[in-house]
Amino acid sequence: MPEAVSIRITVNGVTYERSVEPRLLLSDFLRGELGLTGTHVGCEHGVCGACTVLVNGDSARSCLFLAAQLDGAEVKTVEGLGTAQAMSPVQKAFHECHALQCGFCTPGMLITTMDILSKFPDADDEQIREGLSGNLCRCTGYQNIVRAVRMAADNIKAQAQEEAAS
Amino acid sequence: MKPPPFEYLAVDSVDAAVGALAEAGGDGKIIAGGQSLLPMLNFRLLRPSVLVDINRVPDLAYVRDDGDRIRIGALTRHYMLQTSELVAAQLPVLHEAMQHVAHLAIRNRGTIGGSLSHADPAAELPMMTLLLDANLDVRSASGRRTIGAQDFFLGALSTALEEDDMVVAIDVPKLPARTGWAFEEVSRRSGDFALACVAVTLSNREDKFGRVRIGMMGVGETPMRASEAEALLEGQPYSDGLVDAAINAIRASVEPNTDLHASSDYRRHLVGILAERAIRKAWTRAMEGSDA
Repeated sequence: MPEAVSIRITVNGVTYERSVEPRLLLSDFLRGELGLTGTHVGCEHGVCGACTVLVNGDSARSCLFLAAQLDGAEVKTVEGLGTAQAMSPVQKAFHECHALQCGFCTPGMLITTMDILSKFPDADDEQIREGLSGNLCRCTGYQNIVRAVRMAADNIKAQAQEEAAS
Repeated sequence: MKPPPFEYLAVDSVDAAVGALAEAGGDGKIIAGGQSLLPMLNFRLLRPSVLVDINRVPDLAYVRDDGDRIRIGALTRHYMLQTSELVAAQLPVLHEAMQHVAHLAIRNRGTIGGSLSHADPAAELPMMTLLLDANLDVRSASGRRTIGAQDFFLGALSTALEEDDMVVAIDVPKLPARTGWAFEEVSRRSGDFALACVAVTLSNREDKFGRVRIGMMGVGETPMRASEAEALLEGQPYSDGLVDAAINAIRASVEPNTDLHASSDYRRHLVGILAERAIRKAWTRAMEGSDA
């Protein structure tokens, strides 16, 4: 039995100290150890994007990360974005644009959108599509997801302008 | 779809990494971005006894101006390479290629050293090192050596690296001023591996082809240079007939695989189309004397 690895990891602002088996995937750590089942596991080999989370601010496949690698890291999952009562701008836009149907891909789509909008706040449609291209959705046909990202970008910019003006 | 058991060792220096590899006696694997290695582990195509994590090794992620060359640290993430102003200015063809490498979340993690060591025959970076005559700096417990890209890729997922070797940097000559270039790829979906891909750099010497470099991938077990077509073009004035001859030479020189995504015949057809587009585009850019 390989030696366990001690990690101190912050997930959605809460710090956890755990001892993990080296082969434990971040996706399974989040779901199994922390009970954060909002991160969905689709393909487990980096193709579908459902398990995408933010690691130190950048989107990453949690099925292609070992929990053991994350000592000192900050992780954000869909649970860290907002709540049903207080949705984040990105969640609100997905809601308004009907950008989900079965919802399986949605956590990965939301997290990927966070990364797209942090790296390219003025993303045009082409950049949005390129940014989303690593996330598979089998229901929506993507059109409403692209619309939602555009709306989220506009809302975030409008909010920033309002804050700057006040 | 879960990795088999292995020991995990996070190292903080290249010496410690290659030392651990030597100690594992061929049973160890370096993990950098893990974007190719972890799928292989999840599929249990690999069963290393120890994973040596180099993500905490300082000073391995950089893109540096080194006079007439660009030096790229092995741990440089694809996203960093994609957004490097130095690469965009000095190696525009590599900048263009990076737009085709996987997807945002993969580019945030994946590294150039990892992509080259993994040596997927349909990945962009191995072909680009071949096109650009890059050298790979390799370290092992017994020392340091340099391997030219032309000697590095031996087969699908097979390289000149020994079991205890680690790529530490890539050294790419800057393209001469007024180099024309082009990068043409077809894949089934954005960010997927290429069905076929051609990249070209060339110069215009008194309205004749000067130095010509043509790289191809997706059409063989390794990325390849189209040496015959390069030789046909060099020193000759541009003509449609000459480009056709080069395309025919390229099609005759490849033996692509048939798989789920495309037949061998289709890939051979495609590589010719892409080569034609790339040669014409690169020639136009060389004539303009700009990289616009």
